[in-house]
Amino acid sequence: MSSREKILSGVKANQPSIKVLPEIENFVQPFTDVVEKFKTVLMAIGGNVHVVQNMADVIDVLKVQFADAARIISVVPEFNDYATLYQQGDDPHLLNDVDVAIIKAHFGVAENGSVWVTEAILQERVLPFICQHLVAVIDKKSIVPTMHEAYEQIAGTHYSFGTFIAGPSKTADIEQSLVLGAHGPKTMTVFILE
Amino acid sequence: MEHNNKDHATLASAFNVDEARVDWHDETLWFVREKRDRAVHIVPEWEALRETASQIKNNVLSNLHDYLLQFEKNAQQNGITVHWAADDKEHNQIVHSILQQNNINRIVKSKSMLTEECHLNNYLKSAGVDVVDTDLGERIVQLADEAPSHIVLPCIHWKKEEIGELFHQYLGTPKGNADPQFLTGAAREHLREKFLTRRAAITGVNFAIAETGEFVVCTNEGNADMGAHLADVHIACMGIEKIIPLQKHLGVFLRILTRSATGQPITTYSSHFRKPRKGQTLHIVIVDNGRSRQLGREDFRNSLKCIRCAACFNTCPVYRRSGGHSYHTAIAGPIGSILAPNLDMKDYADLPFASTLCGSCSNVCPVKIDIHQQLYKWRQVLVKDGYAPTAKKIAMKGMASTLASPGFYRFAGKMGRWVIKHFPFMVNNKLNAWYKHRDMPAPPKESFGEWYKKNRGKTE
Repeated sequence: MSSREKILSGVKANQPSIKVLPEIENFVQPFTDVVEKFKTVLMAIGGNVHVVQNMADVIDVLKVQFADAARIISVVPEFNDYATLYQQGDDPHLLNDVDVAIIKAHFGVAENGSVWVTEAILQERVLPFICQHLVAVIDKKSIVPTMHEAYEQIAGTHYSFGTFIAGPSKTADIEQSLVLGAHGPKTMTVFILE
Repeated sequence: MEHNNKDHATLASAFNVDEARVDWHDETLWFVREKRDRAVHIVPEWEALRETASQIKNNVLSNLHDYLLQFEKNAQQNGITVHWAADDKEHNQIVHSILQQNNINRIVKSKSMLTEECHLNNYLKSAGVDVVDTDLGERIVQLADEAPSHIVLPCIHWKKEEIGELFHQYLGTPKGNADPQFLTGAAREHLREKFLTRRAAITGVNFAIAETGEFVVCTNEGNADMGAHLADVHIACMGIEKIIPLQKHLGVFLRILTRSATGQPITTYSSHFRKPRKGQTLHIVIVDNGRSRQLGREDFRNSLKCIRCAACFNTCPVYRRSGGHSYHTAIAGPIGSILAPNLDMKDYADLPFASTLCGSCSNVCPVKIDIHQQLYKWRQVLVKDGYAPTAKKIAMKGMASTLASPGFYRFAGKMGRWVIKHFPFMVNNKLNAWYKHRDMPAPPKESFGEWYKKNRGKTE
């Protein structure tokens, strides 16, 4: 008997009688303004947030914030005048010297300040992790209250890789002292488009 | 077995030698517990979420056979290679053979308590494979040739000055620099070189979704993603109990996991791996290693609902004051104390006794595992099956026969009071385990029985 069969038959013999799967309730949140909540939470976990009218406003902010950056790349064509457009195909290791990466995200989640991104918009999976600073643009209308609504958005979509990103990479492994910039970006800036 | 001579009480007393350090350890973990409380109290539906998560996990355990098959089928359709390992040895062999097939002898690994349970690092090391743990805390304990002492905070027992010294020795940082920001920066540079040069990455699995064949890995540092997205080969190792039925159930579990663990609303990264990257191969190793046996133990199967948040560690008065290494097993704390005896009753017979049974662990558990009740039940099983420590067995037998005979009970009480009064050193000495952490009481002049006879007995 292979290990597969051994494990499966062991599980079958030992699992208890069937217990019903619960329904997930529709939880009403104490906050009503999802944009405010998203901003508050993201700032509390070390992120930067700007509410802007258009992409030109975004570039104005970035020009000041990343005046010294040597390599700025983007996967959003609207930033062509400011950043180098990146397309899948290069060796991902060559992204190691990226200072700033600009991406779009599908939507934001108010309760935890995260944004959902997939490989289709990232072009390269490692991009939002390997850059020194991450910039994400989301539509104001796309922000959902909780993870339950987030998975309603995700349901039925076909992604090969997707991730929720909530702020800059961080660690508190040394005596519980919070340090931003563990292995991934040292900062994360989210622009909310009106 | 290497664990045979270890027991919690002895290892805990070694940890307790430095009282100031124990206080510091205790306070640091309580600080994490308080962060958890703040994060949980602002979610009005917290209790409903716990109940839902608990019921989903109950359903998983009751239908695990079919869910495993469904997950395997969907994962394979996604282009993932699925392997099955009956035990730790087979798990290690599978991982090693994948590396051999790809001619790889240097790898990066992100946090996976399963690989700790299987002692994968030692196995690969002796097979000539260089393994670099990439979680900062795990890298620190790896450099120090230690095991993690906590499943979420692996080096919570290390002081920053000691880490500064360790990094000075291994990473060449300036002597005496113990600034967490600086040390983290040094580790970032040191590990980035590993991410860029290693061709294989091992990760753990937080959740595996039967419906879609995808799996989710949660980190704050981004180390699992840095490893996996730059490597040609990604190997993800999971226990059979990591399955959840539907994608939407992630909404429940991702809401409770990190709030319980560190008090954050969610980890920085919750990455969903569904298909291999272009040009990459993706493997999943599904491991039993005693889990199907635990599933058959009605009193203990609930332990398989654990999502490894470590809230029970941080709240436990025994864990906080005895340190993770006193549990001499990969998963310490209250939950580890009910998982370990399933792996080996003899080696881990001491662990269910390393608890005050205060129940705080069960109160904070996000999937409502009855941890303290299982600890109590394990004690009964272990004593019945003859695995209790000899001194405890003799004491319990003595107590049982004393309580069974009223005449001897009265005589023994008298003797005890007489001895404490006239020869206190007979009991107040190091040979009496009971005295070790307690003061013996002043002996009363008479027993309650004698007093009752004198004062109330007459009027009847």
